[in-house]
Amino acid sequence: MVLWELFKTFFIMGFASFGGGYTMIPLIEKAVTDYGWMTAEKLTNMIAIAGMAPGPIATNSAILVGYAAGGYMGAIIAAIGILLPSIILVIVVATFFIKVHHNPTVHSMFYGLKPIVASLIIYAAIRFALSNNLISLHFNFHSVSLLLIFGLSLFALLKLRWHPLYVIMLSGLVGVALYS
Amino acid sequence: MKKQWKLLFQIFWTFFKISPVTFGGGYAMIPLIEKEIVEKRKWLSSEDVTDVFALSQTVPGAVAINSASFIGQRIGGIKGALAAMLGVSLPTFMIVLCLGIFYSFIHDNPKLEAAFVAIRATIVAIIVYAAIKTAKTAIVDKTTLCIMLVGVPVLFFIHPILAIFLGALTGILAISIKKRIGHKTELEQHKETDPTQNLDYFMGAGI
Repeated sequence: MVLWELFKTFFIMGFASFGGGYTMIPLIEKAVTDYGWMTAEKLTNMIAIAGMAPGPIATNSAILVGYAAGGYMGAIIAAIGILLPSIILVIVVATFFIKVHHNPTVHSMFYGLKPIVASLIIYAAIRFALSNNLISLHFNFHSVSLLLIFGLSLFALLKLRWHPLYVIMLSGLVGVALYS
Repeated sequence: MKKQWKLLFQIFWTFFKISPVTFGGGYAMIPLIEKEIVEKRKWLSSEDVTDVFALSQTVPGAVAINSASFIGQRIGGIKGALAAMLGVSLPTFMIVLCLGIFYSFIHDNPKLEAAFVAIRATIVAIIVYAAIKTAKTAIVDKTTLCIMLVGVPVLFFIHPILAIFLGALTGILAISIKKRIGHKTELEQHKETDPTQNLDYFMGAGI
């Protein structure tokens, strides 16, 4: 049953995954909470691991969520689920619509689609900030230090242009020093 | 028959070797594709590769997987597409699965849990960063800014997939209305059109 839920979730997601892996985070989060596969905190850990490995974030997250929810078969089924729409559409486009990226209607479509992709990622950021207690009414060491880590991470990414991988690793070391 | 299997295996193996470098986005593959597929094997020309990456963005899914499948299809038809997709997916699948297994064994470790408390805050920062990057390429005028600003609160009430389709529909409607009243719309920021020229673009888009 879990395997079918995993396949269905990631197969549908595969058809809508425009504009990079982070767009899919709200969809993965919705499925994970609806089916009760894991907590939001654990999902954030999974996304962190997905970002630390090579490969697309969305596919990596699917594999990790699949493994956590359904073991080895879960990982395989989730990966097949998210890859199948891509391969089907690539073959269809390559066979019939090879000039699709020059089509004016496709351009108009992406004109509206790209801003929505940005909204989806902003929405994901808000949801994750809430579920990881980053936005908190309590004013103590824990909440202030988390905000500080968030701010410094964003600074390192935007201004210092560090690779996300290094930011994640350094943040992990800071976490060990501060919270253990 | 034997020759065809050999070609399919070559396609599979080429992408199998390229795959582990796809850290932080499929565009990282471009230099290696140039080297392996254009220079060494001479399967495609440089222009073909640029074309394939443009085409890959119009199909849902990761750029790395889509572009590999398109290239595979050009070289060896549908079977070639499957071989390329398997080749590009298998190494990262194994690596990610190993990390997942490793995590499930040691996630109770207090030091690791402490590390993840901080990493979770960093992940929110990475998502905000991806949002800024995406918004920079998506927001080309007032209409696209409106779509994005309206999109965020709307997402708290409707399913994300519905939002994606409504966004595409709004784009088509907006352009046709603008055409009717005689507005000309710049659909893209032209300085950003070639992702290979802009290393910065590798992160946050097409991952």
